[in-house]
Amino acid sequence: MKPVLLLARRELATFLNTWWGWAILAMVLLIDGLLFNAFAMGSSPRFSADVLEDFFYFSSGTTMIAGVLLTMRLLAEERQAGTIVLLQTAPISEGQVVLGKFLGAMGFLFIITLLTIYMPILIQVNGKVSWGQIGAGYLGLLCLGGSAVAIGTFGSAVSKNQLLAAVIGGTVLVLMLLGWLLARITEPPISEVLSYSALFDRHFQPFMRGRINSESLILYGSVIFGFLLLSTRVLQARRLQ
Amino acid sequence: MIEVRNLSRYYGDHRAVDDVSFSIEDSQVIGFLGLNGAGKSTTLKVLAGLLSPSAGTVTIDGVDMEGHDVSFRRRIGYLPETPPLYDEMTVTEFLNFTGSLRGMGSADLKRRIPEVVTQCQLGGQEGRVISELSHGYRKRVGIAQAIIHSPKLIILDEPISGLDPIQIVDMRKVIRGLAEGATVLVSSHNLPEIEQTCDRVLVLKDGALVADDAPGALAARLNTGLSIELTLTGTGEAVTAALAGVEELERTEILRDHGDRVVVRIDMVRDVRETVVQTIVGAGLGLRRLEDAKDELEEIFIDLNQGDAA
Repeated sequence: MKPVLLLARRELATFLNTWWGWAILAMVLLIDGLLFNAFAMGSSPRFSADVLEDFFYFSSGTTMIAGVLLTMRLLAEERQAGTIVLLQTAPISEGQVVLGKFLGAMGFLFIITLLTIYMPILIQVNGKVSWGQIGAGYLGLLCLGGSAVAIGTFGSAVSKNQLLAAVIGGTVLVLMLLGWLLARITEPPISEVLSYSALFDRHFQPFMRGRINSESLILYGSVIFGFLLLSTRVLQARRLQ
Repeated sequence: MIEVRNLSRYYGDHRAVDDVSFSIEDSQVIGFLGLNGAGKSTTLKVLAGLLSPSAGTVTIDGVDMEGHDVSFRRRIGYLPETPPLYDEMTVTEFLNFTGSLRGMGSADLKRRIPEVVTQCQLGGQEGRVISELSHGYRKRVGIAQAIIHSPKLIILDEPISGLDPIQIVDMRKVIRGLAEGATVLVSSHNLPEIEQTCDRVLVLKDGALVADDAPGALAARLNTGLSIELTLTGTGEAVTAALAGVEELERTEILRDHGDRVVVRIDMVRDVRETVVQTIVGAGLGLRRLEDAKDELEEIFIDLNQGDAA
Protein backbone atom coordinates (compact mmCIF):
# COMPACT_ATOMS: atom_id res chain seq x y z
CA MET A 1 0.00 0.00 0.00
CA LYS A 2 2.96 2.31 0.65
CA PRO A 3 3.94 2.75 -2.99
CA VAL A 4 0.29 3.30 -3.89
CA LEU A 5 0.06 6.19 -1.44
CA LEU A 6 3.40 7.53 -2.65
CA LEU A 7 2.12 7.64 -6.22
CA ALA A 8 -1.22 9.09 -5.15
CA ARG A 9 0.54 11.81 -3.18
CA ARG A 10 2.78 12.70 -6.09
CA GLU A 11 -0.21 12.84 -8.43
CA LEU A 12 -2.12 15.07 -6.05
CA ALA A 13 0.93 17.32 -5.66
CA THR A 14 1.20 17.57 -9.45
CA PHE A 15 -2.40 18.78 -9.68
CA LEU A 16 -1.77 21.35 -6.98
CA ASN A 17 1.53 22.52 -8.51
CA THR A 18 0.45 22.92 -12.11
CA TRP A 19 -1.98 25.28 -13.76
CA TRP A 20 -3.84 22.29 -15.21
CA GLY A 21 -5.27 21.24 -11.86
CA TRP A 22 -6.26 24.77 -10.93
CA ALA A 23 -7.79 25.41 -14.37
CA ILE A 24 -10.07 22.40 -14.00
CA LEU A 25 -10.93 23.37 -10.45
CA ALA A 26 -11.81 26.91 -11.56
CA MET A 27 -13.85 25.63 -14.48
CA VAL A 28 -15.95 23.34 -12.31
CA LEU A 29 -16.59 25.98 -9.67
CA LEU A 30 -17.43 28.65 -12.24
CA ILE A 31 -19.82 26.52 -14.26
CA ASP A 32 -21.45 25.03 -11.15
CA GLY A 33 -21.88 28.51 -9.70
CA LEU A 34 -23.37 29.91 -12.90
CA LEU A 35 -25.79 27.03 -13.36
CA PHE A 36 -26.75 27.19 -9.70
CA ASN A 37 -27.58 30.84 -9.99
CA ALA A 38 -29.33 30.67 -13.33
CA PHE A 39 -31.28 27.43 -13.12
CA ALA A 40 -31.38 25.89 -9.67
CA MET A 41 -32.30 29.14 -7.94
CA GLY A 42 -34.48 30.26 -10.86
CA SER A 43 -36.62 33.35 -10.85
CA SER A 44 -39.77 31.92 -9.33
CA PRO A 45 -40.17 30.47 -5.80
CA ARG A 46 -39.18 26.78 -5.57
CA PHE A 47 -38.92 24.03 -2.96
CA SER A 48 -35.48 23.77 -1.39
CA ALA A 49 -35.32 20.04 -2.13
CA ASP A 50 -35.92 20.69 -5.85
CA VAL A 51 -33.19 23.33 -5.91
CA LEU A 52 -30.78 20.87 -4.31
CA GLU A 53 -31.82 18.14 -6.75
CA ASP A 54 -31.08 20.46 -9.67
CA PHE A 55 -27.73 21.35 -8.13
CA PHE A 56 -26.72 17.69 -8.02
CA TYR A 57 -28.09 17.20 -11.54
CA PHE A 58 -25.77 19.69 -13.21
CA SER A 59 -22.90 19.04 -10.80
CA SER A 60 -22.90 15.47 -12.06
CA GLY A 61 -22.05 16.76 -15.54
CA THR A 62 -19.18 19.00 -14.44
CA THR A 63 -17.84 16.30 -12.13
CA MET A 64 -17.73 13.77 -14.94
CA ILE A 65 -16.05 16.23 -17.31
CA ALA A 66 -13.52 17.06 -14.59
CA GLY A 67 -12.94 13.34 -14.05
CA VAL A 68 -12.00 12.81 -17.69
CA LEU A 69 -9.89 15.97 -17.91
CA LEU A 70 -8.00 15.18 -14.71
CA THR A 71 -7.14 11.68 -15.83
CA MET A 72 -6.16 12.22 -19.46
CA ARG A 73 -2.53 12.90 -18.51
CA LEU A 74 -2.18 10.29 -15.74
CA LEU A 75 -0.48 7.54 -17.73
CA ALA A 76 -0.35 9.06 -21.22
CA GLU A 77 1.98 11.84 -20.08
CA GLU A 78 4.31 9.37 -18.36
CA ARG A 79 4.51 7.35 -21.54
CA GLN A 80 5.02 10.38 -23.73
CA ALA A 81 7.81 11.71 -21.51
CA GLY A 82 9.30 8.24 -21.04
CA THR A 83 9.03 8.52 -17.26
CA ILE A 84 6.75 5.49 -17.14
CA VAL A 85 10.02 3.53 -17.19
CA LEU A 86 10.55 4.62 -13.59
CA LEU A 87 7.29 2.97 -12.59
CA GLN A 88 7.80 -0.09 -14.77
CA THR A 89 11.27 -0.83 -13.41
CA ALA A 90 10.33 -0.16 -9.78
CA PRO A 91 9.47 -3.15 -7.61
CA ILE A 92 5.75 -2.39 -7.72
CA SER A 93 2.98 -4.05 -9.68
CA GLU A 94 1.00 -2.49 -12.50
CA GLY A 95 -2.07 -2.72 -10.29
CA GLN A 96 -0.37 -0.55 -7.68
CA VAL A 97 0.58 2.00 -10.34
CA VAL A 98 -2.98 2.22 -11.63
CA LEU A 99 -4.46 2.38 -8.14
CA GLY A 100 -2.02 5.09 -7.06
CA LYS A 101 -2.81 7.20 -10.11
CA PHE A 102 -6.54 6.68 -9.61
CA LEU A 103 -6.42 7.68 -5.96
CA GLY A 104 -4.35 10.78 -6.74
CA ALA A 105 -6.89 11.99 -9.30
CA MET A 106 -9.75 11.00 -6.99
CA GLY A 107 -8.17 13.03 -4.22
CA PHE A 108 -8.14 16.13 -6.35
CA LEU A 109 -11.68 15.51 -7.59
CA PHE A 110 -12.69 15.17 -3.96
CA ILE A 111 -11.18 18.58 -3.19
CA ILE A 112 -13.01 20.15 -6.15
CA THR A 113 -16.30 18.55 -5.12
CA LEU A 114 -15.84 19.62 -1.52
CA LEU A 115 -15.41 23.23 -2.62
CA THR A 116 -18.92 23.25 -4.13
CA ILE A 117 -20.44 22.66 -0.70
CA TYR A 118 -21.17 26.35 -0.24
CA MET A 119 -24.12 26.00 -2.62
CA PRO A 120 -26.02 23.31 -0.65
CA ILE A 121 -25.18 25.27 2.49
CA LEU A 122 -26.75 28.38 0.96
CA ILE A 123 -29.89 26.35 0.31
CA GLN A 124 -29.83 25.05 3.87
CA VAL A 125 -29.39 28.53 5.31
CA ASN A 126 -32.10 30.14 3.22
CA GLY A 127 -34.49 27.22 3.10
CA LYS A 128 -34.80 23.75 4.47
CA VAL A 129 -33.27 20.55 3.13
CA SER A 130 -32.22 17.40 4.94
CA TRP A 131 -28.53 16.79 5.52
CA GLY A 132 -29.28 13.28 4.35
CA GLN A 133 -30.15 14.54 0.87
CA ILE A 134 -26.95 16.59 0.78
CA GLY A 135 -24.88 13.62 1.95
CA ALA A 136 -26.50 11.20 -0.48
CA GLY A 137 -26.09 13.66 -3.34
CA TYR A 138 -22.41 14.07 -2.65
CA LEU A 139 -21.93 10.32 -2.30
CA GLY A 140 -23.57 10.00 -5.71
CA LEU A 141 -21.27 12.66 -7.16
CA LEU A 142 -18.21 10.83 -5.86
CA CYS A 143 -19.49 7.51 -7.22
CA LEU A 144 -20.18 9.00 -10.63
CA GLY A 145 -16.94 11.01 -10.54
CA GLY A 146 -15.04 7.90 -9.49
CA SER A 147 -16.45 6.03 -12.48
CA ALA A 148 -15.42 8.87 -14.78
CA VAL A 149 -11.93 8.90 -13.25
CA ALA A 150 -11.59 5.12 -13.66
CA ILE A 151 -12.79 5.30 -17.27
CA GLY A 152 -10.45 8.24 -17.91
CA THR A 153 -7.54 6.31 -16.37
CA PHE A 154 -8.29 3.53 -18.81
CA GLY A 155 -8.26 5.99 -21.74
CA SER A 156 -4.93 7.30 -20.50
CA ALA A 157 -3.52 3.78 -20.23
CA VAL A 158 -4.52 2.96 -23.79
CA SER A 159 -3.20 6.05 -25.54
CA LYS A 160 0.15 7.78 -25.48
CA ASN A 161 -1.45 10.97 -26.73
CA GLN A 162 -3.23 12.91 -23.99
CA LEU A 163 -5.86 14.36 -26.26
CA LEU A 164 -6.68 10.95 -27.66
CA ALA A 165 -6.78 9.61 -24.10
CA ALA A 166 -9.43 12.20 -23.25
CA VAL A 167 -11.38 11.37 -26.41
CA ILE A 168 -11.31 7.65 -25.61
CA GLY A 169 -12.24 8.23 -21.97
CA GLY A 170 -14.99 10.68 -22.93
CA THR A 171 -16.45 8.39 -25.57
CA VAL A 172 -16.55 5.36 -23.29
CA LEU A 173 -18.12 7.49 -20.58
CA VAL A 174 -20.80 8.90 -22.90
CA LEU A 175 -21.57 5.40 -24.18
CA MET A 176 -22.05 4.23 -20.63
CA LEU A 177 -24.28 7.20 -19.90
CA LEU A 178 -26.46 6.65 -22.93
CA GLY A 179 -27.03 2.98 -22.27
CA TRP A 180 -30.64 3.67 -21.30
CA LEU A 181 -31.37 5.11 -24.75
CA LEU A 182 -30.14 1.94 -26.36
CA ALA A 183 -32.15 -0.05 -23.84
CA ARG A 184 -35.34 1.43 -25.27
CA ILE A 185 -34.75 0.07 -28.72
CA THR A 186 -33.39 -3.35 -27.77
CA GLU A 187 -35.06 -6.49 -26.52
CA PRO A 188 -34.51 -8.16 -23.15
CA PRO A 189 -32.17 -9.44 -21.89
CA ILE A 190 -29.82 -6.99 -23.68
CA SER A 191 -32.06 -4.06 -22.83
CA GLU A 192 -32.00 -5.12 -19.16
CA VAL A 193 -28.23 -5.15 -19.10
CA LEU A 194 -28.01 -1.80 -20.88
CA SER A 195 -30.48 -0.10 -18.63
CA TYR A 196 -28.85 -1.50 -15.49
CA SER A 197 -25.38 -0.50 -16.54
CA ALA A 198 -26.28 3.05 -17.63
CA LEU A 199 -24.30 5.23 -15.27
CA PHE A 200 -26.69 8.11 -14.83
CA ASP A 201 -30.33 7.37 -15.50
CA ARG A 202 -31.40 4.71 -13.03
CA HIS A 203 -28.50 4.99 -10.61
CA PHE A 204 -27.63 8.62 -10.11
CA GLN A 205 -31.11 10.14 -9.98
CA PRO A 206 -32.04 8.49 -6.66
CA PHE A 207 -28.89 10.01 -5.10
CA MET A 208 -30.06 13.48 -6.18
CA ARG A 209 -33.28 12.98 -4.25
CA GLY A 210 -31.48 11.66 -1.19
CA ARG A 211 -31.92 7.94 -1.74
CA ILE A 212 -29.01 5.52 -1.62
CA ASN A 213 -29.58 2.24 -3.43
CA SER A 214 -27.15 -0.55 -2.73
CA GLU A 215 -27.57 -1.81 -6.30
CA SER A 216 -26.24 1.54 -7.53
CA LEU A 217 -23.30 1.45 -5.15
CA ILE A 218 -22.49 -2.02 -6.47
CA LEU A 219 -22.73 -0.81 -10.06
CA TYR A 220 -20.40 2.14 -9.50
CA GLY A 221 -18.00 -0.05 -7.52
CA SER A 222 -17.96 -2.59 -10.34
CA VAL A 223 -17.41 0.04 -13.03
CA ILE A 224 -14.49 1.53 -11.08
CA PHE A 225 -12.98 -1.86 -10.34
CA GLY A 226 -13.54 -3.07 -13.89
CA PHE A 227 -11.87 -0.12 -15.60
CA LEU A 228 -8.94 -0.08 -13.18
CA LEU A 229 -8.48 -3.78 -13.86
CA LEU A 230 -8.58 -3.13 -17.61
CA SER A 231 -5.99 -0.35 -17.23
CA THR A 232 -3.77 -2.72 -15.27
CA ARG A 233 -4.07 -5.34 -17.99
CA VAL A 234 -3.16 -2.77 -20.63
CA LEU A 235 0.03 -1.89 -18.73
CA GLN A 236 0.88 -5.55 -18.19
CA ALA A 237 0.33 -6.35 -21.86
CA ARG A 238 2.84 -3.68 -22.81
CA ARG A 239 5.68 -5.80 -21.45
CA LEU A 240 4.67 -8.50 -23.93
CA GLN A 241 3.92 -6.33 -26.96
CA MET B 1 26.46 -13.30 -11.32
CA ILE B 2 24.07 -12.71 -14.18
CA GLU B 3 23.21 -15.46 -16.56
CA VAL B 4 21.31 -15.04 -19.80
CA ARG B 5 20.42 -18.22 -21.62
CA ASN B 6 18.98 -18.51 -25.14
CA LEU B 7 17.28 -15.16 -24.93
CA SER B 8 15.05 -14.23 -27.86
CA ARG B 9 12.68 -11.34 -28.28
CA TYR B 10 10.22 -10.76 -31.09
CA TYR B 11 8.22 -7.64 -31.96
CA GLY B 12 5.42 -9.24 -33.88
CA ASP B 13 7.21 -11.20 -36.58
CA HIS B 14 10.39 -9.19 -36.31
CA ARG B 15 13.13 -10.90 -34.35
CA ALA B 16 14.99 -8.20 -32.45
CA VAL B 17 17.08 -10.51 -30.27
CA ASP B 18 18.03 -13.95 -31.50
CA ASP B 19 19.08 -16.72 -29.11
CA VAL B 20 21.59 -14.70 -27.11
CA SER B 21 23.47 -16.35 -24.23
CA PHE B 22 26.12 -14.91 -21.95
CA SER B 23 27.03 -14.74 -18.30
CA ILE B 24 28.60 -11.92 -16.36
CA GLU B 25 30.66 -12.02 -13.18
CA ASP B 26 30.13 -9.41 -10.47
CA SER B 27 31.87 -6.04 -10.46
CA GLN B 28 32.51 -5.84 -14.17
CA VAL B 29 31.70 -3.20 -16.73
CA ILE B 30 30.29 -4.85 -19.82
CA GLY B 31 29.87 -3.04 -23.10
CA PHE B 32 27.11 -3.78 -25.56
CA LEU B 33 28.24 -2.79 -28.98
CA GLY B 34 26.16 -2.76 -32.11
CA LEU B 35 24.72 -0.62 -34.85
CA ASN B 36 21.31 0.92 -34.47
CA GLY B 37 18.74 -1.85 -34.60
CA ALA B 38 21.23 -4.54 -33.62
CA GLY B 39 19.16 -5.44 -30.57
CA LYS B 40 21.17 -3.70 -27.84
CA SER B 41 18.32 -1.69 -26.38
CA THR B 42 15.89 -4.58 -26.58
CA THR B 43 18.31 -6.88 -24.74
CA LEU B 44 18.82 -4.24 -22.06
CA LYS B 45 15.08 -3.67 -21.75
CA VAL B 46 14.52 -7.37 -21.20
CA LEU B 47 17.24 -7.40 -18.54
CA ALA B 48 15.66 -4.35 -16.92
CA GLY B 49 12.31 -6.15 -16.77
CA LEU B 50 10.62 -3.68 -19.10
CA LEU B 51 9.93 -6.32 -21.72
CA SER B 52 9.22 -10.00 -21.21
CA PRO B 53 11.48 -12.31 -23.18
CA SER B 54 9.81 -14.30 -25.98
CA ALA B 55 12.08 -17.23 -25.11
CA GLY B 56 15.01 -17.95 -22.82
CA THR B 57 15.84 -17.18 -19.23
CA VAL B 58 17.57 -14.48 -17.24
CA THR B 59 18.86 -15.25 -13.75
CA ILE B 60 20.61 -13.05 -11.22
CA ASP B 61 22.45 -14.97 -8.50
CA GLY B 62 20.48 -18.05 -9.45
CA VAL B 63 17.07 -16.37 -9.15
CA ASP B 64 15.02 -16.66 -12.32
CA MET B 65 13.45 -13.46 -13.56
CA GLU B 66 10.29 -15.24 -14.64
CA GLY B 67 7.78 -15.22 -11.85
CA HIS B 68 9.90 -12.96 -9.63
CA ASP B 69 9.13 -9.81 -11.55
CA VAL B 70 8.58 -7.44 -8.67
CA SER B 71 11.33 -8.53 -6.27
CA PHE B 72 13.68 -8.94 -9.21
CA ARG B 73 13.40 -5.27 -10.07
CA ARG B 74 14.78 -4.30 -6.68
CA ARG B 75 18.15 -5.64 -7.86
CA ILE B 76 18.21 -3.67 -11.07
CA GLY B 77 18.84 -0.03 -11.91
CA TYR B 78 18.05 1.16 -15.41
CA LEU B 79 18.78 4.30 -17.37
CA PRO B 80 17.17 4.43 -20.83
CA GLU B 81 18.71 6.53 -23.58
CA THR B 82 16.48 9.47 -22.68
CA PRO B 83 16.73 9.87 -18.90
CA PRO B 84 13.29 9.44 -17.30
CA LEU B 85 13.02 12.58 -15.18
CA TYR B 86 10.19 14.53 -13.63
CA ASP B 87 11.14 17.99 -14.82
CA GLU B 88 9.22 19.85 -12.16
CA MET B 89 11.07 18.23 -9.25
CA THR B 90 14.39 19.26 -7.77
CA VAL B 91 17.22 16.73 -7.90
CA THR B 92 16.78 15.86 -4.22
CA GLU B 93 13.00 15.56 -4.51
CA PHE B 94 13.39 13.31 -7.52
CA LEU B 95 15.91 11.03 -5.83
CA ASN B 96 13.70 10.89 -2.76
CA PHE B 97 10.75 9.89 -4.90
CA THR B 98 12.53 7.25 -6.95
CA GLY B 99 14.22 5.85 -3.82
CA SER B 100 10.91 5.56 -1.97
CA LEU B 101 9.33 3.99 -5.03
CA ARG B 102 11.93 1.24 -4.74
CA GLY B 103 11.13 0.63 -1.12
CA MET B 104 13.77 2.74 0.63
CA GLY B 105 12.95 4.24 4.01
CA SER B 106 13.57 7.89 4.82
CA ALA B 107 16.61 7.12 6.99
CA ASP B 108 18.12 5.08 4.16
CA LEU B 109 17.49 7.89 1.72
CA LYS B 110 19.02 10.50 3.98
CA ARG B 111 22.22 8.48 4.08
CA ARG B 112 22.19 7.37 0.47
CA ILE B 113 21.34 10.58 -1.42
CA PRO B 114 24.60 12.42 -0.52
CA GLU B 115 26.55 9.29 -1.53
CA VAL B 116 24.83 9.11 -4.89
CA VAL B 117 25.22 12.84 -5.45
CA THR B 118 28.98 12.51 -4.91
CA GLN B 119 29.23 9.37 -7.00
CA CYS B 120 27.43 10.95 -9.94
CA GLN B 121 29.26 14.27 -9.54
CA LEU B 122 26.06 16.17 -8.90
CA GLY B 123 27.43 18.27 -6.05
CA GLY B 124 25.86 21.72 -5.89
CA GLN B 125 22.93 20.73 -8.12
CA GLU B 126 20.80 19.07 -5.44
CA GLY B 127 18.40 21.97 -5.02
CA ARG B 128 18.00 22.78 -8.69
CA VAL B 129 14.85 22.02 -10.61
CA ILE B 130 15.54 19.27 -13.15
CA SER B 131 14.09 21.20 -16.11
CA GLU B 132 16.88 23.77 -15.64
CA LEU B 133 19.73 21.24 -15.81
CA SER B 134 22.05 20.83 -18.79
CA HIS B 135 22.05 17.64 -20.84
CA GLY B 136 25.12 16.29 -19.05
CA TYR B 137 23.62 16.82 -15.61
CA ARG B 138 20.33 15.29 -16.71
CA LYS B 139 22.19 12.12 -17.72
CA ARG B 140 23.86 12.06 -14.32
CA VAL B 141 20.56 12.49 -12.50
CA GLY B 142 19.37 9.60 -14.66
CA ILE B 143 22.26 7.49 -13.40
CA ALA B 144 21.66 8.65 -9.84
CA GLN B 145 18.06 7.37 -9.96
CA ALA B 146 19.30 4.08 -11.40
CA ILE B 147 21.70 3.47 -8.51
CA ILE B 148 19.89 5.08 -5.59
CA HIS B 149 18.66 1.70 -4.31
CA SER B 150 22.14 0.10 -4.60
CA PRO B 151 21.19 -2.41 -7.30
CA LYS B 152 23.34 -5.41 -8.18
CA LEU B 153 22.90 -4.82 -11.88
CA ILE B 154 23.12 -1.34 -13.39
CA ILE B 155 21.95 -0.99 -16.97
CA LEU B 156 22.86 2.16 -18.87
CA ASP B 157 21.55 2.55 -22.40
CA GLU B 158 23.79 4.94 -24.34
CA PRO B 159 24.91 6.92 -21.29
CA ILE B 160 27.35 9.00 -23.30
CA SER B 161 25.23 9.87 -26.30
CA GLY B 162 24.86 13.59 -26.75
CA LEU B 163 27.54 14.59 -24.24
CA ASP B 164 30.38 16.98 -25.02
CA PRO B 165 34.02 15.81 -24.70
CA ILE B 166 34.49 17.13 -21.16
CA GLN B 167 31.25 15.57 -20.01
CA ILE B 168 32.32 12.30 -21.64
CA VAL B 169 35.52 12.21 -19.58
CA ASP B 170 33.50 12.82 -16.40
CA MET B 171 30.91 10.25 -17.36
CA ARG B 172 33.63 7.68 -17.97
CA LYS B 173 34.84 8.16 -14.40
CA VAL B 174 31.30 7.90 -13.08
CA ILE B 175 30.69 4.65 -14.97
CA ARG B 176 33.98 3.09 -13.82
CA GLY B 177 33.11 4.08 -10.26
CA LEU B 178 29.79 2.25 -10.47
CA ALA B 179 31.48 -1.12 -10.95
CA GLU B 180 32.55 -1.16 -7.32
CA GLY B 181 29.99 -3.53 -5.87
CA ALA B 182 27.77 -3.86 -8.92
CA THR B 183 27.78 -5.15 -12.45
CA VAL B 184 27.38 -2.46 -15.06
CA LEU B 185 26.02 -2.96 -18.55
CA VAL B 186 26.65 -0.11 -20.96
CA SER B 187 25.44 0.05 -24.51
CA SER B 188 27.01 2.28 -27.07
CA HIS B 189 27.88 2.69 -30.67
CA ASN B 190 30.76 4.94 -29.63
CA LEU B 191 33.59 2.46 -30.01
CA PRO B 192 36.57 4.11 -28.31
CA GLU B 193 34.28 4.75 -25.37
CA ILE B 194 33.48 1.08 -24.92
CA GLU B 195 37.14 0.23 -25.20
CA GLN B 196 38.07 2.66 -22.46
CA THR B 197 35.36 1.92 -19.94
CA CYS B 198 34.59 -1.77 -20.36
CA ASP B 199 36.22 -4.96 -19.14
CA ARG B 200 34.42 -6.97 -21.74
CA VAL B 201 32.56 -6.27 -24.94
CA LEU B 202 29.55 -8.10 -26.35
CA VAL B 203 28.97 -7.33 -29.99
CA LEU B 204 25.46 -7.71 -31.36
CA LYS B 205 24.55 -7.92 -35.00
CA ASP B 206 20.98 -8.36 -36.22
CA GLY B 207 19.97 -9.48 -32.76
CA ALA B 208 22.61 -12.19 -32.47
CA LEU B 209 25.75 -12.19 -30.37
CA VAL B 210 28.71 -12.24 -32.77
CA ALA B 211 31.57 -11.58 -30.36
CA ASP B 212 32.15 -11.68 -26.61
CA ASP B 213 35.61 -10.84 -25.33
CA ALA B 214 37.84 -8.30 -23.62
CA PRO B 215 38.42 -5.31 -25.92
CA GLY B 216 42.12 -6.23 -26.28
CA ALA B 217 41.50 -9.94 -26.79
CA LEU B 218 38.86 -9.19 -29.33
CA ALA B 219 41.41 -7.21 -31.27
CA ALA B 220 44.01 -9.99 -30.98
CA ARG B 221 41.55 -12.64 -32.08
CA LEU B 222 40.79 -10.73 -35.20
CA ASN B 223 44.45 -9.95 -35.89
CA THR B 224 43.76 -6.30 -36.09
CA GLY B 225 45.85 -5.62 -33.00
CA LEU B 226 48.76 -5.72 -35.37
CA SER B 227 48.36 -2.20 -36.57
CA ILE B 228 50.63 0.51 -35.20
CA GLU B 229 50.98 4.18 -35.76
CA LEU B 230 54.41 5.87 -35.66
CA THR B 231 55.58 9.44 -35.74
CA LEU B 232 59.05 9.65 -37.29
CA THR B 233 61.45 12.42 -38.11
CA GLY B 234 62.55 12.15 -41.72
CA THR B 235 61.00 12.45 -45.13
CA GLY B 236 58.22 10.27 -46.45
CA GLU B 237 60.45 8.74 -49.14
CA ALA B 238 63.16 7.80 -46.63
CA VAL B 239 60.61 6.13 -44.37
CA THR B 240 59.04 4.14 -47.20
CA ALA B 241 62.44 3.08 -48.45
CA ALA B 242 63.63 1.96 -45.01
CA LEU B 243 60.49 -0.04 -44.25
CA ALA B 244 60.46 -1.71 -47.66
CA GLY B 245 63.24 -3.95 -46.35
CA VAL B 246 61.19 -5.35 -43.49
CA GLU B 247 59.39 -8.57 -44.23
CA GLU B 248 56.09 -9.43 -42.60
CA LEU B 249 54.59 -6.01 -43.13
CA GLU B 250 51.23 -6.25 -44.74
CA ARG B 251 50.86 -2.61 -45.59
CA THR B 252 52.59 0.69 -44.93
CA GLU B 253 50.67 3.91 -45.25
CA ILE B 254 51.84 7.49 -44.78
CA LEU B 255 48.97 9.13 -42.93
CA ARG B 256 50.44 12.63 -42.69
CA ASP B 257 53.62 14.04 -44.23
CA HIS B 258 54.82 17.27 -42.62
CA GLY B 259 58.02 17.38 -44.67
CA ASP B 260 60.51 16.62 -41.90
CA ARG B 261 58.04 14.66 -39.81
CA VAL B 262 55.86 11.77 -40.91
CA VAL B 263 52.97 9.90 -39.33
CA VAL B 264 52.87 6.37 -40.68
CA ARG B 265 50.54 3.46 -40.13
CA ILE B 266 51.85 -0.07 -40.40
CA ASP B 267 49.77 -3.24 -40.61
CA MET B 268 51.86 -6.28 -39.64
CA VAL B 269 51.33 -9.93 -40.44
CA ARG B 270 52.64 -10.75 -36.95
CA ASP B 271 53.98 -8.61 -34.16
CA VAL B 272 57.43 -7.42 -35.40
CA ARG B 273 57.55 -4.06 -33.63
CA GLU B 274 61.15 -4.58 -32.51
CA THR B 275 62.34 -5.22 -36.06
CA VAL B 276 60.42 -2.17 -37.29
CA VAL B 277 61.98 0.02 -34.62
CA GLN B 278 65.51 -1.32 -35.23
CA THR B 279 65.15 -0.76 -38.97
CA ILE B 280 63.96 2.80 -38.47
CA VAL B 281 66.72 3.68 -36.03
CA GLY B 282 69.27 1.88 -38.22
CA ALA B 283 68.22 4.01 -41.20
CA GLY B 284 68.94 7.15 -39.17
CA LEU B 285 65.31 8.17 -38.80
CA GLY B 286 64.17 9.49 -35.43
CA LEU B 287 61.34 7.66 -33.64
CA ARG B 288 59.10 10.10 -31.81
CA ARG B 289 56.06 8.00 -31.03
CA LEU B 290 54.76 4.45 -31.41
CA GLU B 291 51.28 3.32 -30.40
CA ASP B 292 48.49 0.95 -31.33
CA ALA B 293 46.46 2.28 -34.21
CA LYS B 294 43.44 4.11 -32.81
CA ASP B 295 40.65 2.67 -34.87
CA GLU B 296 41.14 -0.98 -33.94
CA LEU B 297 37.78 -1.52 -32.37
CA GLU B 298 36.10 0.39 -35.09
CA GLU B 299 37.56 -1.95 -37.64
CA ILE B 300 36.59 -5.01 -35.65
CA PHE B 301 33.18 -3.59 -35.42
CA ILE B 302 32.87 -3.04 -39.12
CA ASP B 303 34.38 -6.47 -39.82
CA LEU B 304 31.93 -8.16 -37.50
CA ASN B 305 29.05 -6.31 -38.99
CA GLN B 306 30.07 -7.31 -42.47
CA GLY B 307 30.13 -10.90 -41.28
CA ASP B 308 33.86 -11.35 -42.02
CA ALA B 309 34.70 -12.51 -38.54
CA ALA B 310 32.94 -14.54 -35.82
